Amino acid sequence: MAPSNNNSKGFQLSCPMPKFDFDAINLGHGSGGILSQRLLNSGVFDVLKNDLLNTRHDGAVFDLQGKVAFSTDSYVVSPLFFAGGNIGDLAINGTVNDLAMCGAMARYLSLSFILEEGLPMTQFWEILQTIRQAADHAGVQIVTGDTKVVERGKGDGIFINTSGIGIVHAQAALGWAALQPGDKVILNAPIAAHGIAIMSQRSGLDFETDVVSDTAPVHKAVEALLDAFGSNIHFLRDATRGGLASVTNEIAGDGKVGIELWQKAIPVAEQVAGACEMLGLDPLYVANEGVFVAIVAANMANDACALLQSKGWPQACIAGEVNAAHKGQVLLRSAIGGRRVVNMLPGEQLPRIC
Amino acid sequence: MKYLDEYRSPEAVETLLKEIHKTVTRKWTIMEVCGGQTHSLVKNGLIGMLPKLVTMVHGPGCPVCVTPQSLIDKAVWLAEEKRVILCSFGDMIRVPGTRKSLLEAKSGGADVRILYSPLEAVNIAQQNPDKEVVFFAVGFETTAPANALSVIHAQRAGISNYSILTSHVLVPPAIEAIVNDEGNVVQGFLAAGHVCTIMGMDAYKPLVQKYKLPIVVTGFEPVDLLHGILMLLQQLEKGEYKLENQYSRVVHPDGNAAARKTIDTVFEVTDREWRGIAVIPNSGYELKNTYSAYDANCKFDIPEAAAEADNGCMAGEILRGKMKPFECPHFGKTCNPLNPLGAPMVSSEGACAAYYHFHQATEAVPA
Repeated sequence: MAPSNNNSKGFQLSCPMPKFDFDAINLGHGSGGILSQRLLNSGVFDVLKNDLLNTRHDGAVFDLQGKVAFSTDSYVVSPLFFAGGNIGDLAINGTVNDLAMCGAMARYLSLSFILEEGLPMTQFWEILQTIRQAADHAGVQIVTGDTKVVERGKGDGIFINTSGIGIVHAQAALGWAALQPGDKVILNAPIAAHGIAIMSQRSGLDFETDVVSDTAPVHKAVEALLDAFGSNIHFLRDATRGGLASVTNEIAGDGKVGIELWQKAIPVAEQVAGACEMLGLDPLYVANEGVFVAIVAANMANDACALLQSKGWPQACIAGEVNAAHKGQVLLRSAIGGRRVVNMLPGEQLPRIC
Repeated sequence: MKYLDEYRSPEAVETLLKEIHKTVTRKWTIMEVCGGQTHSLVKNGLIGMLPKLVTMVHGPGCPVCVTPQSLIDKAVWLAEEKRVILCSFGDMIRVPGTRKSLLEAKSGGADVRILYSPLEAVNIAQQNPDKEVVFFAVGFETTAPANALSVIHAQRAGISNYSILTSHVLVPPAIEAIVNDEGNVVQGFLAAGHVCTIMGMDAYKPLVQKYKLPIVVTGFEPVDLLHGILMLLQQLEKGEYKLENQYSRVVHPDGNAAARKTIDTVFEVTDREWRGIAVIPNSGYELKNTYSAYDANCKFDIPEAAAEADNGCMAGEILRGKMKPFECPHFGKTCNPLNPLGAPMVSSEGACAAYYHFHQATEAVPA
């Protein structure tokens, strides 16, 4: 079942692809010559157009007021297209969310493509359209960028880098120093959907599932939290690679606090839980693209949770607590009342024998 | 999830724990054979909830852990052959051989693929007629039918570029070896449920009689494990020795006839080296001569591996229940999942990995 959140797009891709005199990306598209110009003019610039990009300068020039956050991320997902989105969604939402975790609302993004020779134009076009939609949905502008092409076999279809800047919320006072024993750990949405959606479509893993990626921008949710609770929001981190287990470990380690997670409270959609059982994976370590952890002052936690629920995150919940008892360590209170350590994984989770 | 949630119910767990505490009057040492059971015990914090009089020791039922290094070396050698696509279950690829692991071979350019099913390897062979596809067929009786089936499928489809590197091991001979071992401390066994799903329970009857040994075939969820432990403790406290089936919702006493027939078609019983333990007579499967065309050992001229270097790994002691992972001097220090001395630290069913990942002082806390 798809998680019900603000990821639902109200419309479908409809912009037809213009007629290019090539069906696939070739090395010439990265040469800076005529082929590059054709790709940029009819493709990239036309789809992404806005006043700043339209100047077509080496960089974008603009004014900003207030404290600024700056972040960058690279996207190398395989497969490029998966249930619930494609690499274009991730490239926009990922950087928007990284900025949101700094308490900042993304304003401007840069966008760099590394394309592999042979990438079908239909795929590139669809990814471009998705980028435009995701940017509009998140309310950000792509103002500068770059396109390079590598030889066939030296890329994985397409790699994307986005960097972004955003204005930090005036009431934000996030940071390690703000963490307090007793703070509550809030999750905005059910975990592990993205990783399972990707895995179900990887070659060699033929299983059918309706699970879709949870990729979504979360900055509006963060803005609402900071508007309402200001400095009572102590820390934010998105639970992407390595899942909830890894990010809570980072918070416990760098923040020098203990974290206890409550297994019973952590939402996992039934299909996702079923797929994890089948594949021998622990959902705590499976990647998310629209889930964040908010560490919130204890006396505000219920209200913060209710606010998220009213803002399109119906399964937002309190999933644990910060303490001073086991600093640097994350423990899970299991559904049956036992308690165990939740460690960082040494590498990727691997499929099991039996 | 139906058929899972019922066996993770806090209420049922509490009832069983109360009953276990009521039953126990003396010290007992119990071994759960299967690594999946070990992980469930540690992951759910069950060990800390048991009476102090009950000691759980962890058995050899982790196929990855008992696979000798010489065989991993063979797999690495095959993977590094340019014409070979080496397919494996995920657990195997981090396990160190004498030179390197499959993961290191993969980083060095070898074509190593992680699969869930050996049948997928047959598909890969069909799609890559110019390559030799080898499946690293590791596992207990549970995975043997699927591995056997892959060979049968390849033969039926006339696929000649598929073979398996077999390292199948069998549970009952391992239990017997542990019982016969000098200084054995184990008084009763939780047998591995999924192995019995395939093989049935007959093979355990002689062990129960010969060694006056209580054995309970047990599942993997918290309620299964506590129920199995309770059944075993009831026998031990009464001085009884019986073969019982806790996992009757899955295990038929006769096992799965079709799966056994598939195994018998392709494999025959052989002596097998168990890493860190010994060569145990009649404790594994190898391909029958009639299927030698699908035996990677026959198909390739694989050099004999170097003798296993003694790096201090105490896997043998741990797999026989003589040492707890955290009692090993290397545990968490010179041996960890990034730099393992032996397989139990990296296999998803390895006892050392279970303790490294999940175990703290596993005290019970109110639900």
